Amino acid sequence: MRLVTLTGVSLRLGNREVLAGIDLALDSGHITTLVGPNGAGKTSLARLVLGLLAPTGGSVVRAPGLVVGYMPQRLNVDDTLPLSVRRFASLSGAAATDVDNALARTGVGHLAAAAVQSLSGGEFQRVLLARAMARRPQLLVLDEPAQGVDISGQNALYGLVSELRDETGCGVLMISHDLHLVMAESDSVVCINNHVCCHGTPEAVSVHPSFVALFGDGHAPRATQHVAVYTHHHDHAHALDGHVHAGHGKDCCK
Amino acid sequence: MIDILWPAIVAGLAVAALAGPLGCQLVWRRMAFYGDTLSHGALLGVALGALLSIQLTAAVILAASLIAVGLFLLQRRQRDLGTDTLLSVLAHTALAFGMIAVSVIEGARPNLVALLFGDILFVTARDALFIVAGALLLLAVLVRFWRPITSATVQEDLARVEGVNTEAVKLLLALLLALVVAFAMKIVGLLLITALLIVPAAAARRYAREPGQMAWMASLIGMASVLGGVSASWLANVPTGPAIVATAATVFVLTRLLPARNQGT
Repeated sequence: MRLVTLTGVSLRLGNREVLAGIDLALDSGHITTLVGPNGAGKTSLARLVLGLLAPTGGSVVRAPGLVVGYMPQRLNVDDTLPLSVRRFASLSGAAATDVDNALARTGVGHLAAAAVQSLSGGEFQRVLLARAMARRPQLLVLDEPAQGVDISGQNALYGLVSELRDETGCGVLMISHDLHLVMAESDSVVCINNHVCCHGTPEAVSVHPSFVALFGDGHAPRATQHVAVYTHHHDHAHALDGHVHAGHGKDCCK
Repeated sequence: MIDILWPAIVAGLAVAALAGPLGCQLVWRRMAFYGDTLSHGALLGVALGALLSIQLTAAVILAASLIAVGLFLLQRRQRDLGTDTLLSVLAHTALAFGMIAVSVIEGARPNLVALLFGDILFVTARDALFIVAGALLLLAVLVRFWRPITSATVQEDLARVEGVNTEAVKLLLALLLALVVAFAMKIVGLLLITALLIVPAAAARRYAREPGQMAWMASLIGMASVLGGVSASWLANVPTGPAIVATAATVFVLTRLLPARNQGT
């Protein structure tokens, strides 16, 4: 089922044109990973999908009554606000049983009574995921969920998201903080730097020689089975001031 | 004695009950300064009300609401001044013009000391009925929408994605604040209204583990402070507002000195 369609979307913030001519389609059961350098407009694109921003041009069409689960990039709860994990996850209004089940499913059920301010980064990510999943979303949007997490942490998180997709059939829009390492189960990878530079699918780790060289033969499959390499293919290059020139530029997104 | 005091006590308890949860939201959103701005603006409202012969409470509600709406709009339009700077400019401008306006009123002037510091004799039975009805109604609204309001306070983007109208929440909180200023003015006085909102909430922080807990604890502490302050005001002939706030402050100090219920946070 088509969840969200972006057609010719452009976004201007202040004096800067952050995004131009973006076409993107998100379907149920489909995992889309966004990659791109810092400042490329990935978070802005996610915010457009979420309806937190309105496009300056083009259109964003959402399926009627679309329920979206959102994992924001950063969240700081002020110390003046006492808040337990369970209460935080219930703020969306989801049923208590759904919340408890979601917390257990993401592996943080044992932290239900803990103060959110006392959690580690990884634990809080799982709580955010639980809050999103408790609403039984049709679309899950994750903004750089594995930022600041090591490779095995990334692997575990990606494995969890993949299972959730398989169990619920939800669509996933994942913003990767890394240009080259993406979730192995991604059905499509879109590279953006103000516009769509290239798109494709990830390669399995075991196939990529440099990856195997880095992580070793025996360990690679298990420790990194959910992480894959995406190889960019660009027919243009970006200058520092933002303008694009055609020509064989392998360094488009650098 | 009680037949003179009961309007002030009953009105004070109702306002304190409302100030508990509302004060917590202000503490969490760092809007304490906002309360000061509205109360200073209320003085301008009083003066203009006296000059234009508008009923006191109505004039204050109008002035405070206009400032609340004005601030809400201003925040969306300008970027080069921080909110705290803007609020400080507005608060002290309103206070200055209010004092000037009061000084040029000929004939019956509003009782400035009573307005600034509160006066238990200032609250009539009719005032009390109006304040109690209003405060309980607003408290019901706050309780009814507590979850979406708190969600918006914790993280605005998440709340918006989950369907909360966060702009409406901001406006609602600002208007509630304006109304509390009008209701509490005669009891606590304009200078210390924010204290009635903030100090009980701050005192409740120590023992609360959930936002809802902090809210009702703040209400209880505020209500106890009203009882203590009104009693002290009657017995020792000191101004009501400062007496109530001093009681609340004492409770706050005690919560800091006594051991916390849990060392979890």
